[in-house]
Amino acid sequence: MLAALLILFPLLAGLLVFFVKGNAARNLALGFSIIEFGLALGAFFLFKKDPNACMLSFDHVWVKSLGIHFSVGIDGMALLMILLTTFLVPLIILSSFTNDYSKPNNFYGLILLMQMALVGVFMANDGFLFYVFWELALIPIYFICLLWGGEDRGRITFKFFVYTLFGSLFMLVGLIYLYNHTNVEGLKSWAVQDLYTAGRSLAENQQCAVFWMIFIAFAIKMPIFPLHTWQPDTYVTAPTQGTMLLSGIMLKMGTFGVIKWLLPVVPLGLEKWGGTAIALSVTGIIYASIIAISQKDFKRLIAYSSIAHVGLISAGILSANQQGIQGAIMQMLAHGVNVVGLFFIADILFRHTGTREMDKLGGIRGMNGNFAVLFLIILLGSVALPLTNGFVGEFLLINGVYQFSATMAALAGLTVILGAVYMLRSYQKIMLGERNDSNVAFGPLATTDKVVLSIICVVVVAFGIYPKPLNDIAEEAVKTIMLNLK
Amino acid sequence: MKGLLIISGLGILAMLAEIFKFKKLLFPMVLIGIVAAYAFNFMEWKTGMSIPYFDNMIGFDKLGIAFSGIIIATAFFWFILANDYFEEETSLVDHFALVLFALVGALMLTSFKNMTTLFLGVEIMSIPLYVLAASKKKDIKSNEAGFKYLIMGSFASGFLLFGIALVYGATGSFDLMQIRSFISEHGADMPLFFYVGVVFMLIAMCFKISAAPFHFWAPDVYQGSPTLITALMSTVVKTAAFAAFMRLFMVGFAEISSVWTGILAGIIALSLVIANFSAAMQNNVKRILAYSSISHAAFMLMVILANVRSNLSVNALIYYSLAYSLGSIAAFGIVYNVTKKGNENVDAFNGLAKRNPSLALCMTVAMLSLAGIPITSGFFAKYFVFTAMIGTQYKWLLIIAVLTSAVGVYYYLRIVIAMYFKKQDTHEPITIERSNILVIVLTTAATIAIGIVPGIVAEMFEF
Repeated sequence: MLAALLILFPLLAGLLVFFVKGNAARNLALGFSIIEFGLALGAFFLFKKDPNACMLSFDHVWVKSLGIHFSVGIDGMALLMILLTTFLVPLIILSSFTNDYSKPNNFYGLILLMQMALVGVFMANDGFLFYVFWELALIPIYFICLLWGGEDRGRITFKFFVYTLFGSLFMLVGLIYLYNHTNVEGLKSWAVQDLYTAGRSLAENQQCAVFWMIFIAFAIKMPIFPLHTWQPDTYVTAPTQGTMLLSGIMLKMGTFGVIKWLLPVVPLGLEKWGGTAIALSVTGIIYASIIAISQKDFKRLIAYSSIAHVGLISAGILSANQQGIQGAIMQMLAHGVNVVGLFFIADILFRHTGTREMDKLGGIRGMNGNFAVLFLIILLGSVALPLTNGFVGEFLLINGVYQFSATMAALAGLTVILGAVYMLRSYQKIMLGERNDSNVAFGPLATTDKVVLSIICVVVVAFGIYPKPLNDIAEEAVKTIMLNLK
Repeated sequence: MKGLLIISGLGILAMLAEIFKFKKLLFPMVLIGIVAAYAFNFMEWKTGMSIPYFDNMIGFDKLGIAFSGIIIATAFFWFILANDYFEEETSLVDHFALVLFALVGALMLTSFKNMTTLFLGVEIMSIPLYVLAASKKKDIKSNEAGFKYLIMGSFASGFLLFGIALVYGATGSFDLMQIRSFISEHGADMPLFFYVGVVFMLIAMCFKISAAPFHFWAPDVYQGSPTLITALMSTVVKTAAFAAFMRLFMVGFAEISSVWTGILAGIIALSLVIANFSAAMQNNVKRILAYSSISHAAFMLMVILANVRSNLSVNALIYYSLAYSLGSIAAFGIVYNVTKKGNENVDAFNGLAKRNPSLALCMTVAMLSLAGIPITSGFFAKYFVFTAMIGTQYKWLLIIAVLTSAVGVYYYLRIVIAMYFKKQDTHEPITIERSNILVIVLTTAATIAIGIVPGIVAEMFEF
């Protein structure tokens, strides 16, 4: 029941917010999203007590003749992803308090609807339902980017929509192909375990075809080189909150999808093409890092750094071993929090100085010391310094990739060095050095901005020092996943 | 059957209205009559018997009744949408009568049992439409549309008639079931001219549903005709033509499917590619919708191609027709109101979200449904087609369908982007009749409703 409630609540809340006028909408949305986080915490404690509690799953027939069920459930991995989502959404809403968006009711309503779809993606235990939520998530974010985005948003959001839909349609065909091979007492079924069985019964060349059909959808969402071309433009053009949703949570749909809906389905396909996919991911890491180094715009730099990070996550997942996947899950959590922080910093910089070009900035530390410290902590988390939240995941990931191939691990490890280069250089340019004359004085931060940044910093440090509660869940979750991979 | 009779009666009544001076009463009478026809249709569905009429010329079996239901319901919405359109015209009653007779033809097509009824249905449906297409007497485009439609339509009818004659020559019967059993008895030694006849009929039917390469008339006719007549063509006419296509080929010529499936696969592939890429290059909304209707025709043909005479494919076709009709009625209703000023290009939609947010929202839902995005009904429609196709040997066709669907999103979204993103040229609010709002909202709501609970339609047939 709780599982269904986690989906239903943001849906109703979102619809309600559409009808609220003015700034009350954002307060209401914030309240609702905090309640949703409370529900997720409830699920967390319930899960700690009894991972198989019946409150954590829900199953109802949707279309009987086609074997489609509204079947959702919270397992370890889903729990972590839901915690991430429900933790980030209130922060994202709070971060928007200093911006005045036109038609706030639509803006916040769409964010809550987006949350509904995201939570649904992570919980779906029915292939069809998974696809429906997957597509549903696209519609609110499309409108958020289209209505509140920056320059040239029409063309860019359009590219984004068509790109992702193109991948999704292939995934749909792949999933239907699997569904057609299921056989549960003579009937077809969409249940996740039945799809696993069906996928494994396929011959090798069929599995390879299904592998690419499904992988292409996830690869576009993450995005993996060479399917990333929609990403930097979209991230830069989208309103900050849209970028946060895209990078913080939505790209995790792709990595999550690979773990749950690809690896266990086509083991032979993975064996044959996994190496190629890892090579693509690693290429993406290096490629994106090099581009990031030469970026002038800070927001675009973060967009490229995101491609690099997600490339490592994807390589870890595709190496299909305990460390790799566990590291991926940990890194998904850490990256989600850090990238939201970084994009928020880019937003604050822009609001205070009117530019994101790093050459035009400088010496801000002298004007606002608190901001400099908060920025530094988030930045260190992003470059995965030990004792920050990024470290655990990155360490496990490189370990996992190493077990697959030492060369790949060495190449993927470059992300650590290159990441440090572009992140620290950007800090140097923006915060240190000479005060740039074109800057207006960088005043104190708004209270809500401080709150958001402080919460993120606390999380960065706290889970760097003590990642155990999350790591334990991830470890157990991956053990079950590994059983499915055997 | 009673529905068919009622609507025929209404048609005759409409012609008498001018003479006996009850023009004002006509509109409510037509609406009541259509509701009654729907009710009788529904009751026949409940009893579930298929009684052949007129020496087995026509007989409403479950399949026919289901398609009739869709057609009558669409016509109901259409009449409400069109009430002010009729008031503006001087020859009000003629138009009523013409549309009603077209409906009679459409209903005959859903349930013919005999080749002569098929031909009669096609002609009864088409001839009023030739007139209606040209009904804006002073508009040259409308005249062109009517003329083009007439010439091309007659040409297709010729093909159909020739095909029927050849098939009759080979099998000695006009009756669909007798033809079928004749084929299964003499399967191997049918004469060549029989196959020529089948292919001729295929060409004629493809013309009627405007599948490529027999689609050339569609964009011009859709653009030139008055918008509401276009709406009628792309919903009622299309559904009826499909019902006929399905009955003819899945019942009559099922035994020799190996002959026509190959040709059909080629037609579908061509339609998908030509329609979607052409639509992407259009600026006129009605032309975009015309090409979109060609692409949807290709999707529906895929179900017939999959040719598994199972619950799934019959349900799939019915669901597809319904989803497509609802989405199209909503879309055309909005297009009709937005383009009243005469500008029919995409930029007529610029800034609609500011001028009338709820209308923009309905249009968005309609576009998403036509593009096949969940949770609209268009998504399930597409899903059923994919599911039907994936078990067949035509997987390459499925890949083409997926690729062209992505192209399809391009032109549907262009309208959405125009509404939400582009600056409006005028600030004039859009005036819409209450009745039109009602239809648009109802069809939009239904589009979402059967997208959320597709079971009510998709489980209608449990053989």
